[in-house]
Amino acid sequence: MPSLLILIPLLGIILLNLLPSRPMRRIAFWFALVLCLVQIALAINHYPPFWGNELDRIDSFFRVSFSVDHLSFVMLLCIGIVSLASLLIAKHTVFDEKERFKFINLLIIASIGMSGIVTVRDLFSLYIFLEITAIASFILIAFEKSVLALEGSFKYMILSAVATVMMLTSIALLLLVAPDTSFSAVHEAVGHAPDSRMVIIAMGIFGCGILIKGGIVPFHGWLPDAYSAAPSAASVLLAGIVTKAAGIYTLIRILGSVFGYNRTVGAILLALGALSIVAGALAAMGQKDLKRMLAYSSISQVGYIIMGFAIWTPLGIAGAIFHIFNHAIFKSLLFVNAAAVETRMGTNDMDRMGGLAQKMPYTGTTSVIGMLSAGGVPPLGGFWSKLIIIIALWQSGHIAYSSIAAVAGVLTLAYLLIMQRKVFFGKLGEGMQDIREAHTGIVIAAVMLAAITVGVGLLFPAVFHNFAEPVKELLMR
Amino acid sequence: MKINIILLISMTAAAMWTVMGRSLLKATIGLAVTSAVITILMFRLNSPLAAVFELSVCTGLITVVFVSTISLTKPLTHKEIVELSRDRLKRFWFLPVILGIVGAGLIVTITRPGFSVPIHAAAAALKGAREVLWNLRQLDMFAQVIILIAGALGVVILFEEKRRDEW
Repeated sequence: MPSLLILIPLLGIILLNLLPSRPMRRIAFWFALVLCLVQIALAINHYPPFWGNELDRIDSFFRVSFSVDHLSFVMLLCIGIVSLASLLIAKHTVFDEKERFKFINLLIIASIGMSGIVTVRDLFSLYIFLEITAIASFILIAFEKSVLALEGSFKYMILSAVATVMMLTSIALLLLVAPDTSFSAVHEAVGHAPDSRMVIIAMGIFGCGILIKGGIVPFHGWLPDAYSAAPSAASVLLAGIVTKAAGIYTLIRILGSVFGYNRTVGAILLALGALSIVAGALAAMGQKDLKRMLAYSSISQVGYIIMGFAIWTPLGIAGAIFHIFNHAIFKSLLFVNAAAVETRMGTNDMDRMGGLAQKMPYTGTTSVIGMLSAGGVPPLGGFWSKLIIIIALWQSGHIAYSSIAAVAGVLTLAYLLIMQRKVFFGKLGEGMQDIREAHTGIVIAAVMLAAITVGVGLLFPAVFHNFAEPVKELLMR
Repeated sequence: MKINIILLISMTAAAMWTVMGRSLLKATIGLAVTSAVITILMFRLNSPLAAVFELSVCTGLITVVFVSTISLTKPLTHKEIVELSRDRLKRFWFLPVILGIVGAGLIVTITRPGFSVPIHAAAAALKGAREVLWNLRQLDMFAQVIILIAGALGVVILFEEKRRDEW
């Protein structure tokens, strides 16, 4: 019954907005919290009665095939965890109760969109869920209505519209050769005419559309503005999961289940991945704005994921999926830390900070954990996934790319250490004596994400074996 | 075929007028005209359902939303508009050129004798609106409801303050 992941939140939103507003505003937070927790629990234990076919009456009503495999489970888990972190941040950064109610509504809608993306097996339905996620994201970015937020949202909207046109055109072209838009039908049609010029154009423009949605270099123009201008709770969601579900996951799924993988595509993706890693890391080094630096860092980290699955080997794919999960966790953690700092300092300018770890010990400590995981320091989660990707690249004969990935890890550590030094270490800045630790809710979110980062690193064999490794089933198709 | 090509050229001209024009209001009208021409094209290409949606949503609803939005914006002075147009023309002069070349290429391709697009038999079979909406694409209908809710929230969030200020 994966469709319940869409139906229950949808019914919830309708009821929350139809029933008397004051009590509903209070209930909204708890409703969203329960949704996130249930999604996390279901994704972790793969509860058979829910995911199996025994009770498929509700799913069959839609006449569109929902399907959940190990890749979907990893994504659903990431969606649940990151949405939970975003919700906790929103509770303590969106102060007005009415505004918070609207934010929570949008957060639930974005989660519905992402859950739809990872469970549908139809190109047109996939496109619609991508649009749901994108629309919710536009509004979340512009939520505070500042000039920068509106500009960031507008840039994202324009580039997303270009991606939308590309995807729709591609679907229209594919519908000329396929009987319908289900993954299996399009896969079969593409298999019958792999060298058709029309099919190649359709696949190419669909791929470009996904790369725009994923913010991959050179299609990343919208991403730094959107991440840095969005409210903190929205930044956590965007950086943690939205671009991964809308971009990276979709790309992997389309390659694995619809278009099929070939060496030319792999070579292009490898080059784009390497470009993203280096360009993102170099751009991050020159930033003064904390959230903007983390945004460029995301571009760089996504490069690792792309290089991992671009080689299309079992180890490469498993490493890429593992890095999707790890990146979702440690990048959300770093954005939660940025939210904590922003609420206390009122700015994201790193030049105006310093020594904050003395006044914000939990934020400072969890930030170090996030930084070390992002930098690939053992034994944290980020270390293992990067190591697997580098080994997979080396094993598949891509020694140059493997070296780029390894050297870029040093660059990552360098810019994150600069960030730590400017924000948390050193002497306490002037006028910062009265700064206090962030609100309990933000600290809880940070500690939860830091604990996951450490736990995944320490329990690496079990986590990798149960979650990331089975994803290689994609190669069997 | 000739009428369709004339309609395509009209649609392109209306779209160009929309994005190159100096007045926001005229651009909105240009967009409505573009949508209206697309509607006629869809009717001519045996897609009445898509045509009706295009007519009602794009020509009607979206134009109303745009006009409402424009009424909330601060109008530019004539001098600013002229400067903005010049700047835009300087920076994006190549866009209409590219559009013209691609359009001409497409027209040459599709008017070449023997040109045909291989349409899959199942995709070409005409299906009624009711069957498509309620039997084949139920999930998409529900998803559209979610998009409408998100859109409504967007209007409430982004325009509420402005309305409060005006009151």
